[in-house]
Amino acid sequence: MDSRMDKRKFKRVTRRELLKLTPVVAVGAFAIPAFQKPLLKTGLGFSDWASAKLFRSHHLAPTFTDSELTPSNKFPINDYDVDDPEVDLEKWTLSVSGAVQKPGEYTLAQVQALPKVSQNTRHVCVEGWEVIGRFGGARLSDFLTMIGADTTARFLTVECADDYYESLDMATALHPQTLLCYEMYDQPLTREHGAPLRLTIPTKIGYKQAKYLTDLKVTHVLDKVGYWEDQGYSEFYGL
Amino acid sequence: MATQAVSIEDAKTGETTEAVYEHPFAVRLCHWINAVALFVMVGSGLQIFRAFPSFGAKIPQKDLLHWPKAFAIGGWLGGALQWHLTFMWIYMATGLIYLGYQLFSGNYKQVLFVPRDIPGVWPMVRHYFFFGPKPPLKESYNPLQKHAYTSVIVLGVLSVLTGLVVWKPVQFSWLAWPMGGFHLARVWHFAIMWAMLAFVFGHLVMVVLHGWNNFVSMLTGWKKEE
Repeated sequence: MDSRMDKRKFKRVTRRELLKLTPVVAVGAFAIPAFQKPLLKTGLGFSDWASAKLFRSHHLAPTFTDSELTPSNKFPINDYDVDDPEVDLEKWTLSVSGAVQKPGEYTLAQVQALPKVSQNTRHVCVEGWEVIGRFGGARLSDFLTMIGADTTARFLTVECADDYYESLDMATALHPQTLLCYEMYDQPLTREHGAPLRLTIPTKIGYKQAKYLTDLKVTHVLDKVGYWEDQGYSEFYGL
Repeated sequence: MATQAVSIEDAKTGETTEAVYEHPFAVRLCHWINAVALFVMVGSGLQIFRAFPSFGAKIPQKDLLHWPKAFAIGGWLGGALQWHLTFMWIYMATGLIYLGYQLFSGNYKQVLFVPRDIPGVWPMVRHYFFFGPKPPLKESYNPLQKHAYTSVIVLGVLSVLTGLVVWKPVQFSWLAWPMGGFHLARVWHFAIMWAMLAFVFGHLVMVVLHGWNNFVSMLTGWKKEE
C-alpha cells in the first residue's frame, strides 16, 4: 500500500496527528499550583469512593495463630501528641450522643458485659509497616445495638482524651471484626495503647483505630473527618 | 497487518522520501499519558517509601536506603499518597486502553514476544552490547525489542496487582497469597518499580541512539526515512 503525497500535505497530516495528542497536555494541569490541590482532592476522593465500593460487609480480614503474633513489646506505640493523656481510669466513662435511643455515659463494665471477642489480626500503618496483634473487646455492632443506634446513619465519630478524633462509615462500624477494644495480648489495655478503650478495625488503616476514647457519636453528617484525614490523608482508607 | 507507507514528494526539488506509519493514535496517546503517570507513580512511591524505608520489622527498624527528598514527589507521606492514589487510575486506565487496543486491532502480534522469538534474542544482545554483527531484521520489531516491550507490559500488570494488595490487603487477600502474603507484596511492588526503571533506562538509550525521526514517529505516528 504505497502512495504518493506532496511534502506540504505530509506536513499537514503529521501536524494533525501531533495535535491529536493534546489530551497529554491536559495532564499538565497537575503542575499548575491553582489546579493541583483540587485535582488531587478529586483523585483521592475517587479512590475513597472506590474503596467504599470494594468494602464487603461480611468479608473477614485474615486472622493469625498465636505463634504468628508480633511480641507485645514490639507492637509500636504511635500517637500524635502524647503517649499517655493521663486518663482518670476510675472516673472514666464513654459519652454517647447523636442518633441513638439511649444517649448518656457508659462505663467500661457495661462494655465488658457485652460478648467478648478475641482476635489475632494485622495492624497496618499508613507508613508501610505492619504488625500482628492480639486484641480483645466487644463488637462495636453489639455496642451500637445496646445504645439503640440508628444504623441507617452514615457515620460514627469518636473523640479521644488526647484531642485526637476519628470517624468511621457505618458499614465498617457494623463489621464483625470491628471492636471496642479493652485488651491487648490478653491484658487490660495499657495507657500507651489507649486505656481504657480504643478501636480495633482490621479492615482499616492504623490511623483510623483511635485510642483513649472519650466520646462516641452516631451522625448523618460529618463536620470534621479525622485528625489525619483533615491533614490530607484518605478519608475511607479501607484495607 | 498492512503497513501504511507513502512517498513524500518535494515539489521544488523533485526529491522523494519514504515514510511509514508506525504508531497508531491509541498507542501514542496511551504511551505519553502513561509515561507521565509512571513518572508520578515512581516519584510519589519513593516519597511513600521514605516514611518507612525498610522491609523488615518496625521494632527494631533497620533502614534499607535513604532516598533523597529532592527526587520524590508529594513533599510528605500524605501528599505523596494523594499523588499515588490519583495517578494510579490514570496509570491503570492508559494501560487497559493500550491492552484493549492491541488485542482488538491485532496490533499486538508485532510486539508480543512468542517462543519462536527466543533464538533471535542472543544475536540481538550480541549486537547491542558486544558489537556483534546486526542480525537481519525480519519483522518491524526485533526479538529483543519484542522481549522488552512484552516484559514491561507484564511488569506493568504486576505493578498494579502488587499495588492492589498493598492498598487493600483485606479485600484482595486472595491475591496476596500467590505473592507470598501482604508483607512480600510490598517488597515485590518495590522491586517491580526498579525493574521498570531499568526498562525505561534502556528504552531512553535506544531512543537516543535511533535518532530524531524515530522519536518523532512516537508523536506523529509517521517515521520518515533518514
